[in-house]
Amino acid sequence: MDFFKRHFLVPLIAVLGLVALAYIGVKADLTFVFGVVIPYLAVLIFFEGLIFRIISWARSPVPFKIPSTCAQGKSLPWIKRSLADKLDNPENRLQVFGRMALEILTFRSLFRNTRSELQPNQEKPEDSRLIHWSYKWLWLGAIAFHYAFLIVILRHIRFFTQPVPHFVTALAEADGFVQFYIPTVYLTGVLLVVAVTYLLARRLYTPTLRYISLAADYFPLLLIMAIGLSGILMRYFYKVDIAAVKQLAVGLATLRPVVPDGIGVIFYIHLFLVCVLFAYFPFSKLMHAPGVFFSPSRNTAGDNRWKLHVNPWNYPVKFHDYMHQEDDYREAMIEAGLPVEKEK
Amino acid sequence: MAKLPTPAELIQVNYKPPAQGWMDLKTELRPGYYVNAAAPKWMNMIDYPFPRAWSVADEDWKLPEDWKERVLQGIQDRLERFRSLKVFFDICVRCGACADKCHFFLGTGDPKNMPVLRAELMRSVYRRYFKTAGKLLGELAGARDLTEDVIKEWFYYLHQCTICRRCSVFCPYGIDMAEMTLLGRELLASVGLNIDWALASVAQCYDKGSHIGATPQAFKDMIDFMAEENERITGISTPVSINRKGAEILFVVPSGDYFADPGSFNFMGYLLLLKYLDLDYTMSTYAAEGGNFGWFISHEMGKRLNAKMYEEAKRLKVKWILGGECGHMWRVCNQYMPTWWGPIDFLEEPVSPITGTKFENATVHKMVHISEFTADLFRHGKLKVDPQRNAHIKLTYHDSCNTARGMGIFEEPRYIINQVLPEGHFFEMPPNTIREKTFCCGSSSGINANENMDIRMLGGLPRANAVKYVAEKYGVNHLGCICALDRATLPTLMQYWVPQMEVTGITEMVGNALVFDDELERTTDLRDRDLVGFGEAAEEEEAE
Repeated sequence: MDFFKRHFLVPLIAVLGLVALAYIGVKADLTFVFGVVIPYLAVLIFFEGLIFRIISWARSPVPFKIPSTCAQGKSLPWIKRSLADKLDNPENRLQVFGRMALEILTFRSLFRNTRSELQPNQEKPEDSRLIHWSYKWLWLGAIAFHYAFLIVILRHIRFFTQPVPHFVTALAEADGFVQFYIPTVYLTGVLLVVAVTYLLARRLYTPTLRYISLAADYFPLLLIMAIGLSGILMRYFYKVDIAAVKQLAVGLATLRPVVPDGIGVIFYIHLFLVCVLFAYFPFSKLMHAPGVFFSPSRNTAGDNRWKLHVNPWNYPVKFHDYMHQEDDYREAMIEAGLPVEKEK
Repeated sequence: MAKLPTPAELIQVNYKPPAQGWMDLKTELRPGYYVNAAAPKWMNMIDYPFPRAWSVADEDWKLPEDWKERVLQGIQDRLERFRSLKVFFDICVRCGACADKCHFFLGTGDPKNMPVLRAELMRSVYRRYFKTAGKLLGELAGARDLTEDVIKEWFYYLHQCTICRRCSVFCPYGIDMAEMTLLGRELLASVGLNIDWALASVAQCYDKGSHIGATPQAFKDMIDFMAEENERITGISTPVSINRKGAEILFVVPSGDYFADPGSFNFMGYLLLLKYLDLDYTMSTYAAEGGNFGWFISHEMGKRLNAKMYEEAKRLKVKWILGGECGHMWRVCNQYMPTWWGPIDFLEEPVSPITGTKFENATVHKMVHISEFTADLFRHGKLKVDPQRNAHIKLTYHDSCNTARGMGIFEEPRYIINQVLPEGHFFEMPPNTIREKTFCCGSSSGINANENMDIRMLGGLPRANAVKYVAEKYGVNHLGCICALDRATLPTLMQYWVPQMEVTGITEMVGNALVFDDELERTTDLRDRDLVGFGEAAEEEEAE
């Protein structure tokens, strides 16, 4: 089996296996394990892993302040910097905050994305043109995926709270504003699956991307796709006892776990996959979410020349001082009329 | 040395990845793509470990016995010292946004030149030895053993990266391959793997004062020669006082500017400008190098070479430092130098003695970029220039990667260009190839040797192709830049892809356009080329 197949098929089988595992588990009456034990364990692993990783990052210092400067820097007072310049090459903390906000909320850098193509010239190959154009599809796919996911997660708050906070109800109403099916179809749920399919498809169909993709890239995509699909199946097709689900969720949230009878197996599959995602998160590339906050090339200001940055492990280095040169070349220097410290 | 293929041959780039997965594919070290191994004498001069005679083409690289432990310990140390490395190792999602941003990938189509995969070459080893999943699952977790083949692969591909940071601009998490390349090169150096071109420059600079290894007297000779050239062409004497104590300003330039054309014309421009201002400045035989090849091989070596600037400023008791046009010099000066040596309390906050402008952006660094200095002079109307003297120039401007993405100096040089060129003589290259998206010359970061010409020409293809576009569209005949490595490498690149294209520094055009009261009547530029309206072309026109 070649590299690609190994890295694609193993996660695929793993996700299917997880589905089967939950199915078998519930059929074997292990609903307490899948409804209570595993969720608590997953949340525990998620937070512990997350905190451990973040502390590990934070323990290493930022020895040099070397942001990627993506616009005109602070210079002479009459060299004007637009707001966009300040956000792409921040000169102080406020501007760094703006840059980070833009990066995290709007995926600024990805928005910059281009595509390049070498347009061959058959008659005179050396005249082939390399052209570059703005390419926003990856940005669009990523934005759709992340925001859809966020709203889906926020909507789920209604299962864990009693009474349901107003903003959650409002969000759900807005999400379901196009009424064409009963129960109301939440657009973000559909969008999430569409977006994750796009992100997977581009990995599979772009030769270079397929070449760099690892199991660790396919697994989360397949897992999230399975989560989305099981959620959709549960809501629209294989309906489950929603009151019982809520009872279980509120029980979990209030640390008084109960496992009501009669919740469909599809729910446990959905829940189990979510638990796996939580537990997997801190050990995976999904850590890019907290990681982007720690990225020194984005979260530092380009202010080295007027604000001293201190490197905690700065150490003295060996170098040749001036006298070393003069000692080597004194006579020649005197002859050339260069001033010297010592005549002899 | 392998014969360099023709442009028509070299441009046949195949972007289709090989059938075999990258971990299984043993890297072929192709002549023309790598720089030779560093000679032991250079390593001895700078106390680098494991000096020995070896060759890249050899099967046995004569690594020290405990090379593996050294590399792994080196990774461990760097993870503890650089948060960036930890984060960059952990958070890449392999989205591929960086893939076609690298000039080496665009030029070669080699998938291991996609920044993401170049990083994976190192990241895979990190996973294998530092991450539980990698230890348990091996290849399936993207992990692989550290073998001699892996080390060879690192050596090959970490020197097919010019630390230009274009990928970091596009990365949604700001993963900076440049920093990882530099740290990777440190790891290679820790087991005695270095490239000759970089090490020779470093050792010469460390020992004598500049990359070119000029002795103090040779340094003076070269500068005197350039001053004489100025006098011959303009009638203006531009002598330089060297190692003079008590001058107001220490002027530091990259050695490329006094060593070879076309940098030397830029140097003549500096001297004319500073003479015009009657600036109280001195140059140093000790701090004779603005550039810093040390930083191309390790953070520590960068610091060891950089030491000379402040040391000399202190010894000569100047007030502040003026720096010439150089890309990586300014990346280092801007982003590392104050941190290495600060606080700098033996110098004063820089103020232009001509305009009284206080350089608010250099109050800690105490060093000013010549483009900032010159732009300020123009802004205050302190320079009388005749742009018609540059009328034979149709210019496009190449943002050097280091000053672009490691500083953000875009407007100053453009402002100067517009002052010294006649209107309508300046043309920008396509927007996706300039400013923060600028393409590297393809030969930076210590790889501008002669034996790796194939990769240099391929790496420079995206830059050259954009230059060619404006040459054909607007008749551009000069490529301007504020980088000495550009002036050293772009002429070769242009000769290969865009023949007839000349490369020029910005201060050369300033010097050429400056009008002195007592100058000779000017008929040529600083390169002895006829000005528009003079010489043979003009005579022919009159005859008609």
